[in-house]
Amino acid sequence: MKKEQEIYYTKDVPVPETPEPGTEPEPWGKTRIIGERVPRVDGYERVSGSAVYPSDVMLPGMIHGAILRSPYPHAVVKSVNIEKARNMPGVRAAISMDSPGADLQWPYNKEVSTKLFDPRCLFEGETIAAVAAETPYQAMDAIKAIKVEYDVKPFVVDERKALKSGSVEVHEGGNRLKTATHERGDVEKGFAEADEVVEKTFRTECEIQTPLELHGCVANWDGDRLTVWESTQGVYSVQSKVAQVLKMPLSKVRIIGHYMGGGFGSKLNASKYTIIGALLAKASAKPVKMFLTREDAYIAVGNRPPSNMTVKMGVKKDGTLTAIQLKGNATGGAYPAGGTALIDWLFRDLYTCENVRTEMTDVYINAGPARPFRAPGHPQGSWALEQMMDMLAQKINIDPVQIRLKNIPKVSQAREGNPPYTSTGLEECLRKGAETFGWDRARKEAEANNKKDGHIKRGVGMGGCVWIVGGGGPPSTVVVKYFSDGSVNLNMGASDIGTGTKTVMALVVAEELGVKPSVIQIENADTGTTQYATPSGGSKTVPTEAPTVRNACIDAKQQILKMAAEDLGLDVEDRDAEDLRFEGEKVVSKSDPSKSVKIKEIKKLNKRGLVMGIGYRGPNPENKTVNPFAAQFCEVEVNTRTGEVKVLRFLGAHDSGRVMDRLTYDNQVFGGITMGIGFGMTEWRVLDDGQTGKMLNKNWHDYKLPTALDVPMDMTCVPIELHDHEANNTGAKGLGEPVTIPTAGAIANAVNHATGLRFTDTPINPIFVSRMQDKTRAAEKAGKEALSKEARNKEEG
Amino acid sequence: MKSKDPAKHTHARGSCECRKGITRRGFMTRLGVGAAGVAASGALFPQTAAAKEMEMIKAGDMAKITLRVNGREHTLLAEPRWTLLYVIREKLGLTGSKIGCERGECGACTVLIDNIPRYACMTLAVEARGAEITTVEGLMEGEDLGPVQQAFLEEDAFQCGYCTPGQVVAAEGHLRADPDPTDDEVLRGMSGNLCRCGAYPHIFKAVRSAAEKRRRGKGGEG
Ligand code: FES
Ligand code: FES
Repeated sequence: MKKEQEIYYTKDVPVPETPEPGTEPEPWGKTRIIGERVPRVDGYERVSGSAVYPSDVMLPGMIHGAILRSPYPHAVVKSVNIEKARNMPGVRAAISMDSPGADLQWPYNKEVSTKLFDPRCLFEGETIAAVAAETPYQAMDAIKAIKVEYDVKPFVVDERKALKSGSVEVHEGGNRLKTATHERGDVEKGFAEADEVVEKTFRTECEIQTPLELHGCVANWDGDRLTVWESTQGVYSVQSKVAQVLKMPLSKVRIIGHYMGGGFGSKLNASKYTIIGALLAKASAKPVKMFLTREDAYIAVGNRPPSNMTVKMGVKKDGTLTAIQLKGNATGGAYPAGGTALIDWLFRDLYTCENVRTEMTDVYINAGPARPFRAPGHPQGSWALEQMMDMLAQKINIDPVQIRLKNIPKVSQAREGNPPYTSTGLEECLRKGAETFGWDRARKEAEANNKKDGHIKRGVGMGGCVWIVGGGGPPSTVVVKYFSDGSVNLNMGASDIGTGTKTVMALVVAEELGVKPSVIQIENADTGTTQYATPSGGSKTVPTEAPTVRNACIDAKQQILKMAAEDLGLDVEDRDAEDLRFEGEKVVSKSDPSKSVKIKEIKKLNKRGLVMGIGYRGPNPENKTVNPFAAQFCEVEVNTRTGEVKVLRFLGAHDSGRVMDRLTYDNQVFGGITMGIGFGMTEWRVLDDGQTGKMLNKNWHDYKLPTALDVPMDMTCVPIELHDHEANNTGAKGLGEPVTIPTAGAIANAVNHATGLRFTDTPINPIFVSRMQDKTRAAEKAGKEALSKEARNKEEG
Repeated sequence: MKSKDPAKHTHARGSCECRKGITRRGFMTRLGVGAAGVAASGALFPQTAAAKEMEMIKAGDMAKITLRVNGREHTLLAEPRWTLLYVIREKLGLTGSKIGCERGECGACTVLIDNIPRYACMTLAVEARGAEITTVEGLMEGEDLGPVQQAFLEEDAFQCGYCTPGQVVAAEGHLRADPDPTDDEVLRGMSGNLCRCGAYPHIFKAVRSAAEKRRRGKGGEG
């Protein structure tokens, strides 16, 4: 933490190269255990309560941290007095911007950084000071005793207002952070060629990750070594940020994250609280547990940016899209945080169209910075695009599934050089999904129901999607230790964020080495003891780690075969080992099955104790792109008296390549749909635009997540299993994000089918449904009155 | 607690000794905190004339309390404002019960108090004296999973697993009260426990299968 430490004691001295990555193995033929319904390898720990999550870690002498945050969306801190707090019962440390060692830079990205405790508070929830005390109660008491003098400034918390001239400026120079445009073809020409053109403005509200486990860590120093148990999606990314901010060598920063209670993108990296935890631990010379409060987790650790999108699209009578135009804005809060990131992607890549123009402006407001949130940008874009597709279909009177089938791209249109996909199951997702769902019949039955009087209307809707990444890629290293009794230890850096990573990797080991999952022990997510991995996000963990695990197994296997060849008196140098193969507990000669040796009896293996296989993630295919696809279908019931919408059933048809574990696969699909229901129907951040600029609903009562009563138990998962051998040697693509992309748009389309009303803004909750109905009724009434007046006038005239 | 079997103990109005040591009104006026918590869980210990007469504890004082958790008694000093959740996790080391919100919204902290699922974050430790408290650890049969836990494992009724102990305990409580619930009762019964990972369909299946398992288990040979 002092000055940057020197790392190299010599320069220009060569060091041995790491081994070359192995050659890619053949794809699996028929698998024995991959793709089965296998319960999780760490299920026991999770259901028994014995799994130790970072928030459960207890160390001898551990004390508890708490952070004081700005109550104002925009203020300058003139002074902070922590003296009273420091002397309160149980308090062991108190720090603020003036404390020694706390004067650190916090990087938001490569260009923009602030101080860890920056006097300029640009959002409610910015950090001001922190304490650590023997109990969390004492820590909260001390926080309340800190005296802060603020110079409270005017604020702007609505991005639509922030763009108007004369608005309060979040940063000097205006609130327009940047405008990203993309263009291909000629949209004007496209609109001219269209038989029908539709234009509509959409809005998605801000959604907040709120994983069940709060954000936080336990930090502990041993001299100049720091160990942090962090609730994170990636221990190595946390390590590098902590080392960077504290100016420490990576090797002295150990991050452990064996379990974590959800992140959804908001725990991809270290946060200010990680650094604050470390500083408090240093100042108190004690381990410190530093977890946020639930309220703080709503304002300070990320969100899905709210977006405003005006979309204009043209279509020919046969369903061919002639032009797509998107113009709008979104906000990542008070710092650059990708407010508009990837909102345009589906417009540019999902459906075939020659003429596309997108323009999205990222805006600053006085609110907490965004963080990646499960499929960044995509659910927002999908909300608008999928509704537009339905509106176009209505105009030309064709079926929603058909208009999408009409526009399936063969190549990635948004990428340079239009590379083909390694595999694309969009068409099959649409066809097989519609068929399994009973789309045609359900549509007809709903329409028949809606012709009848009665206040319960039914609707059936759908949406499709692609996810921009999901192919994974290097780097990753995995070590497999094959013990002399045939049991296996798998060592990898990747976190299991609840997606079943550990289980899937155990299945890869089992498949490749022919051992039972019960003899596989996994060590993961610890920078001190496990191998390098990038954070679990982007739906890339399976396509990144699974091939790496497979490579490690193959490496171990090859070594064991050589050892067996020696025992069998074969010439190892003469590549006789290639004649051998694993068969249950034995190694057997393919050409002469009488030649075999029990693995347990292989001499060298016994002598060494174990064989270590090392796997590296090879490169992705050149000039091609790896992407998962999906289509989701749903049926809803709308109570036109109360405005309540009940989702009756959902079906997700997903092309994510090979299914690795059917049980966890289904779970991902249902979980993604559940989250999409939240995005479309229950969740929205309410900022007090008029008076205080504060968030008004920073709790789970007022910011409602879907509960067991808000999602249908009738959910179906239809895997479209194209084994993508070009993608990687396991044939699997990512799944965790596409599962939540088309959900909300599909619901909006179903509600439209039920009611004829078009909900352009999230969330579709009873309040907004009722309001929209009232408005429509009033408009109808006014329209009728106007008509009859006109008629009367005519008669009179 | 004298003689009674805690599981059958009813906290009869006016005579129950569970309320010794602190009164609800006295507690609220003295501390001015945790009002919502006391109000929400007040039904546990309704205010009575007898309770009013009992001794008061000042905010900073530690009270000596005995909690019966998973069949064992633990005597410790606790501040009146400490929640049952805090004591269970940080003082007894039973970290199966999780912290999601500490404000009665998520159910991650669900424990059974006299067989009824309750939010341990909304229950003060001093309030829980005399009651039979069961945490997820208490549903284990030695090192083996209990039937609800086993069902959750088999049906993959979780993802990150952080809400899971609370879900398991809630399910156990509901099944104790009603061993054969309808689908709708299962959904309503489980709706006080949030799962951000959205494992609800699998949780639903697990609770149904757990009901089955418990019924078979109770029937002896199965
Ligand atoms: S922690 Fe008790 S309900 Fe959330
Ligand atoms: S399993 Fe993650 S919150 Fe329920």
